[in-house]
Amino acid sequence: MTINTLAKGGWYREQMTCFRKMEKVIVAMQDPDMGMKMRNQRLLITVIPHAMTGRDVIDWLIQKYNICEEEALHVGGMLVRYGYIYPLKEPRSLVLRADETPYRFQTPYFWTSTRWPASELDYAIYLAKKNIRKQGELMEYEKERYSLLHKRINHTWDFVVMQAREQLRASKQRRKADRIVLECQEQAYWLINRPPVRSLTLHYSAVLYHTVLSCIESCRRALGRNRVKSSICLEGFVKFSEQYQNHDPIMQGCLPSNPWISDDTNTHRLERWSFSFMELLNDPIGRREFMTYLEKEFSAENLCFWQACEDIRHGESSKIIQKVEDVYKNFLAPGAARWVNIDSKTMDKTLEGIKHPHRFVMDDAQLHIYFLMKKDSYPRYLKSDLYKNMLAKAIVPQETKKSVFPFMRRQRHSSPSPAQAVTQVTEEDGRAMGAGKAGTNSAAGSHV
Amino acid sequence: MCDQTFVAVTFGPCDSCSKASPLMNIYIKNEPINYCSFCVEMMACQGLQKGETLASLKRECDNLKKKLEEERGKLNDVELHQVAEKTEVLGALSVKTRRVLKGHGNKVLCMDWCKDRRRLVSSSQDGKVIVWDAFTLNKEHGITLPCTWVMACAYAPSGCAVACGGLDNKCSVVPLSLDKTENLAAKKKSVAMHTNYVSGCTFTNSDMQLLTCSGDGTCALWDVESGQLLQSFHGHTADVLSLDLAPSETGNTFVSGGCDKKANVWDMRSGQNIQSFESHESDINCVKYYPSGDAFASASDDATCRFYDLRADREVAVYQKDSIIFGASTVDFSLSGRLLFAGYNDYTINAWDVLKGTRVSVLFGHENRISRVRVSPDGTALCSASWDNTLRIWA
Repeated sequence: MTINTLAKGGWYREQMTCFRKMEKVIVAMQDPDMGMKMRNQRLLITVIPHAMTGRDVIDWLIQKYNICEEEALHVGGMLVRYGYIYPLKEPRSLVLRADETPYRFQTPYFWTSTRWPASELDYAIYLAKKNIRKQGELMEYEKERYSLLHKRINHTWDFVVMQAREQLRASKQRRKADRIVLECQEQAYWLINRPPVRSLTLHYSAVLYHTVLSCIESCRRALGRNRVKSSICLEGFVKFSEQYQNHDPIMQGCLPSNPWISDDTNTHRLERWSFSFMELLNDPIGRREFMTYLEKEFSAENLCFWQACEDIRHGESSKIIQKVEDVYKNFLAPGAARWVNIDSKTMDKTLEGIKHPHRFVMDDAQLHIYFLMKKDSYPRYLKSDLYKNMLAKAIVPQETKKSVFPFMRRQRHSSPSPAQAVTQVTEEDGRAMGAGKAGTNSAAGSHV
Repeated sequence: MCDQTFVAVTFGPCDSCSKASPLMNIYIKNEPINYCSFCVEMMACQGLQKGETLASLKRECDNLKKKLEEERGKLNDVELHQVAEKTEVLGALSVKTRRVLKGHGNKVLCMDWCKDRRRLVSSSQDGKVIVWDAFTLNKEHGITLPCTWVMACAYAPSGCAVACGGLDNKCSVVPLSLDKTENLAAKKKSVAMHTNYVSGCTFTNSDMQLLTCSGDGTCALWDVESGQLLQSFHGHTADVLSLDLAPSETGNTFVSGGCDKKANVWDMRSGQNIQSFESHESDINCVKYYPSGDAFASASDDATCRFYDLRADREVAVYQKDSIIFGASTVDFSLSGRLLFAGYNDYTINAWDVLKGTRVSVLFGHENRISRVRVSPDGTALCSASWDNTLRIWA
């Protein structure tokens, strides 16, 4: 399923009716009796016949369809955007100006509807002509596309170059005015059908040959591949799964250290607190326990200070100044209620920084206190009765290969659990457990 | 009264096939001729013998495809479920919803985990991209994009940025700032530009490169800093809906799946299509590599998921059941690769035993179709995003 509401080709069908209508307008504009007045225009040193000004176009539309200027500008603008009228002086600016800017009608050979869809082969020939005619005349985006086309339709490249040369030779045999006209028309056509937007272009052209040919090519390549016997490959999957099975948390019935089932304080999780100070602080329960311990030791202000600094670092910009002030009042000022012990050098630097508070002004002090806790309080915590008792009371994670009845397992450590567990269906049972009701919104805030 | 002083024939019988159609004026050896575009293409293609037609080429193509299937079948000496007979039968999963993330105002279309295993980013039809701490249910960042249908989002490996894109045809990278209230949308940087919607994106092994796939039928590799297109991948003949990077350290290949029912494996450096698999009967909505990188799975609108072995170069398993009628939109493997979680349009998630080919469990809970399932980086939880505006964490 794709987001495209129009199937391939749908755009084409929809646009074609619009094209037909626009073409009717264009033909009417060129009617010998009721159509527009044409004049000659000068383009550099050449005189271009059959041109009109933007003003002419608008006036004619107003008069013919009995509409206001704004609407005429809009309709005329569409005619330019879809390439039925093209500007002479600034070909890349596809807008209709209500002034003396010269425009011309596009020849039916180059109508978008006639040449639908604009093929890659055609575009390649056009770019090749441009390239041959004057080296370096291709624009940057045209150069990119030229090399992309060279890659994509490489099998046609001889034809492309040959055709480009032949068309250039034929055009040299024309009158100069005709040649310039043809070049303008061709350029206008490609500006519409291959706009210079910086993007990848893949156009669903009707070139089935291209698709079939590349399919044949990839089949040939695939036939030449080395393949491995199934028995060997499949054995590999079995081995891989077996090796990792015990480490696959979702598969094991009872999870030792699954952090999502967070009311488990089991040995694995507690052990991790002893790996590093950061592990202890990162675990919310660990941090809480550590705070309890520090309170007993009357050094809780260190952790409080550290947390306050974290808050400044990660909090909202607008509140930084206020928070820094609070931290100063509570922790750093002489005689503060929860004064933290920082060495004088760091203290001086911090106090200096506070005069112009910013997000990272407390970094040095925070780091100092962090290392203080790490070197001093943290090792003592790990040796403390508090921690040891926790370890003793914690659950040893069970290694179960078969699944455990899910409801039994949760009894002891009940936090507000979902009213109804999610129903599960097994292949063996073939029946839905529970009331079969789609799971209720559970655990939205019901975790530690 | 058009202005060419020489006559250009625009419509009529083609000089080659005589069919009346729009004509192209071309020149062969100085002679002007009028061919229809089919015949021009035909002439342009080298190696075409006289008398070859589109029909004969198509026949050749079909023959080659048949031959390829035969070759693939030659080394097929055993089936996956046979090899898997000796493995244990899996019991039902005891997996439940542990968190429900509410906050999106409309369908959640995509999500991705951060490497820190607790944060994730999700994007929705209302144009909002939210970064959550899934443990605490905190919304850490919110980014509003000017377009709706943000169909793709990805977390950067460093955790410092997210990429998102969709109906705006672009994929943008937004750096995540430490200040939670800062307006992140202002810092958004457009990296990828496609000519149709962006359906999937992922960072490569670093924050510096972004891989995207699009409804315009191509995939592309971009440099994040300069926005430059590094490589483009052409070969799909319809919208590309999904891609996944191979899990190897060297990270040089990726797989893509699209509406042309094909799954293609690409070489990132050369842009070449290395392998192609076409066995689904409908659009492929999602592709995901097996953890070892030797295989991948796909989910399709034909209500099946399939498992393709890259070394044997063929499909080795189909996960389907008569009772599963609705299309599968997303797949992911558990950490060991033994389980395949697939989200379906009938609001359920099915867990399949990859080796035996049987279904292990069904997870109910969402109230609309599942758009994405992803297992967390440490394998402890599964996150599912759904059109019911919520995400669920299962563990």
